Amino acid sequence: MKTEGYSSEGHFDEMFTSDGEIRGHYEEYFNYLSKASNKKMRQLQHSANKAQKAMGMTFNVYHDNQGLEKILHLDIVPRIISNTEWKKLEAGLKQRIHALNLFLQDIYNEQKILKDGVVPAELILGSKDFLKPCIGLTPPKGIWCHITGTDLIRDKNGEYYILEDNLRCPSGVSYMLESREIIKRAYPQLFNDEGVMPVSDYPAKLLKMLQYLSDKSKPVVGVLTPGIYNSAYFEHSYLALQMGVELVNGVDLIVKDKIVYMQTTKGLEQIDVLYRRIDDSFLDPLTFNPESMLGIPGVFEAYKAGNIAFANAPGTGVADDKAVYAYVPRIIKYYLDEEPILNNVPTYLCREEKDRKYVLEHIDQLVVKETNAAGGYGMLIGPKSDKEEHEKFRQLIKDNPNNYIAQPTLSLSTVPCLTENGIDGRHVDLRPYILYGDEIEVIPGALTRVALKKGSLVVNSSQGGGSKDTWVLYN
Amino acid sequence: MLSRVASHIYWLGRYLERAENYARFIDVNFNLMQDLPADLKEQWEPLVMATGDLELYQRKYDGFERHQVMFFLTFDADNPNSMLSAVTNARENARIIRENLSKETWEKANELYYMLQLGLEKKVWKKEDPREFYEQVKNQILLLYGLADATVARTEGWYFRQLGQLLERADKTSRVLDVKYHILLPSVFEVGTPMDFLHWMALLKSVTGFNTYRRLYGNIDPSGVVEFLMLNKYFPRSIFYCIKEAERCLHCISGSNSEGFNNSAEKAMGELRSRLEYSEVDDIISVGLHEYLDKLQLKINHISDLIDINYFRIKDNYVSQSQSQA
Repeated sequence: MKTEGYSSEGHFDEMFTSDGEIRGHYEEYFNYLSKASNKKMRQLQHSANKAQKAMGMTFNVYHDNQGLEKILHLDIVPRIISNTEWKKLEAGLKQRIHALNLFLQDIYNEQKILKDGVVPAELILGSKDFLKPCIGLTPPKGIWCHITGTDLIRDKNGEYYILEDNLRCPSGVSYMLESREIIKRAYPQLFNDEGVMPVSDYPAKLLKMLQYLSDKSKPVVGVLTPGIYNSAYFEHSYLALQMGVELVNGVDLIVKDKIVYMQTTKGLEQIDVLYRRIDDSFLDPLTFNPESMLGIPGVFEAYKAGNIAFANAPGTGVADDKAVYAYVPRIIKYYLDEEPILNNVPTYLCREEKDRKYVLEHIDQLVVKETNAAGGYGMLIGPKSDKEEHEKFRQLIKDNPNNYIAQPTLSLSTVPCLTENGIDGRHVDLRPYILYGDEIEVIPGALTRVALKKGSLVVNSSQGGGSKDTWVLYN
Repeated sequence: MLSRVASHIYWLGRYLERAENYARFIDVNFNLMQDLPADLKEQWEPLVMATGDLELYQRKYDGFERHQVMFFLTFDADNPNSMLSAVTNARENARIIRENLSKETWEKANELYYMLQLGLEKKVWKKEDPREFYEQVKNQILLLYGLADATVARTEGWYFRQLGQLLERADKTSRVLDVKYHILLPSVFEVGTPMDFLHWMALLKSVTGFNTYRRLYGNIDPSGVVEFLMLNKYFPRSIFYCIKEAERCLHCISGSNSEGFNNSAEKAMGELRSRLEYSEVDDIISVGLHEYLDKLQLKINHISDLIDINYFRIKDNYVSQSQSQA
């Protein structure tokens, strides 16, 4: 397959250097690619598509009875990360999760960091994600963020930046696992030659971490899902299957005397740990959103009594707010007395007058984000929008400055993809997964999201993004 | 096992069996029609009557033209019992509880769904001979059964699926017999003629029972066929066999020895089983075959309701996700 016409100008390409040389960790794959025919690559892509369909790897939602199931396109060309790069990422992510966990424990208890004025108290206490019922609580084993899926990007110089922390219910890990199975079949020999670190033990590690949260010798673990209409249902059921635990809905659970039971054909059975994939506010209609049809009445009382563990703990959402994000380097410094290993993207807080002024003046150069939105919604990409949109966002910011942050437009790195015109670069981000049990562990792999349209920077699956298998090399 | 999961597994069993039997129905009717003399019109109305959806059909369509009936029974999304509806529901149930299925079983159910979608796209009901399609669907479901048989652990979930499958099969065998009742012979004088004989033969073939019948009973006569399909102790599609096995499933689920009953579902099932066990074919014919089958179908529905009450909704706040019976 030829790579002529491959363009990598104005951003960092992960396979080619700016001089058009192949980077070391891509050599093996590049050799493979040079020998593989166009037809062969298309066949591999075709088989991958078929395998995804057969597995039912769908992500989208049902509306009533008419199924609208979408498949997240899996590009056959892997994204490769060298071991040296990975080591740094690993250390940086561990450091960050460690600090964020200490931060959560602190703000729900002593609030030292707020009293010391390192993070503005009103930013935390006034956040809708700061859950007052959690004040004074320490979750089992003192862990708040058990499962994290941090989003990173690489700028012009190839430097990694943290984009979002995703401490609530990060999804996508099933794609990392299933994509690997599919891609392994596409390159049986290459896998041996390259030395790719395995990810398939993730479900086992996840289960071990969940069991660790209970003091029982054989705790009963379940995955709590909002149900089949949730866009990530495939993942919920996949993880339950892989761990060999029950997949439960709210209606399957009942709380009696602060103990949580599952409704089974043999009567009630106690459940000890829930990997919950529903939002905080839907967990318990008695404590949080009374409208919630998904939750379990009384479950929060059971949690407070220590009779059920949740992963992640309720209340973590306050720490991945996009405004709090700006303070994470200071949070790391405060708790660990260390310099952050991984950088934040410089962030302007519209709540602060100086920053706001800068944002309003330079809106055409910035990316403006709502502090509480996800999935690429509520977002303005300055350089790619017209004056009308700029004005609309200026007004939105003025009306509700606390709700917005802005960041410089970053040029996401590109990696090779199989496109209609052969191999060409497409922009990507990186979402590795971190588990926090008896220790913090970064899974050596990731979900790489790719903007399939040439030049596009939007990688979200809901807006035309695809995915790639991510290879972390042993050497 | 979670009550909700048990319910989905049970209905997975029922819907798959329903789809398989519809494939058989259409096949048998197609074969029957080929044997009719040229001057007699094709009869597709009896098939619609036997499935119990005549009313729905008549609201939508006029007449009983073959392609129309075939579409109604196979692909019509408005017909909750069409093959496509059953397969879609089966897949939906499988998807909800896929963590309880082996990977292969789920993948076959998923493939089955796409097979039906492709059939719809290709308009197979308009083909001169669509039997290959029905054969494929039937084989896919049998493959799924085989896979499940070889890979699924014999724990509660297995018995709930079997239970659904066996009750559905008993119901559908009763309906196959009913097709024969509804098919009009050119005149009453044709009873016992070669034409009548051909009908019974086609019917036996539709349940893959022709050779077994021959070996066990020899001559083909109506009371022999009725006895074979309703009361035979060894043929796995006979109504008695299905009910006896379904009763065994209930006992495995409740973990009891197979004496007496532990709940209302076991009681009703046991009563039906013993009634069939101690019936002779003449008892049935004296009541009237069609009337007997009608009552039997109501009893099976009643048992299904009792299973729902005993296992799928014990708790007050459980929202029953009711699914439809034939």
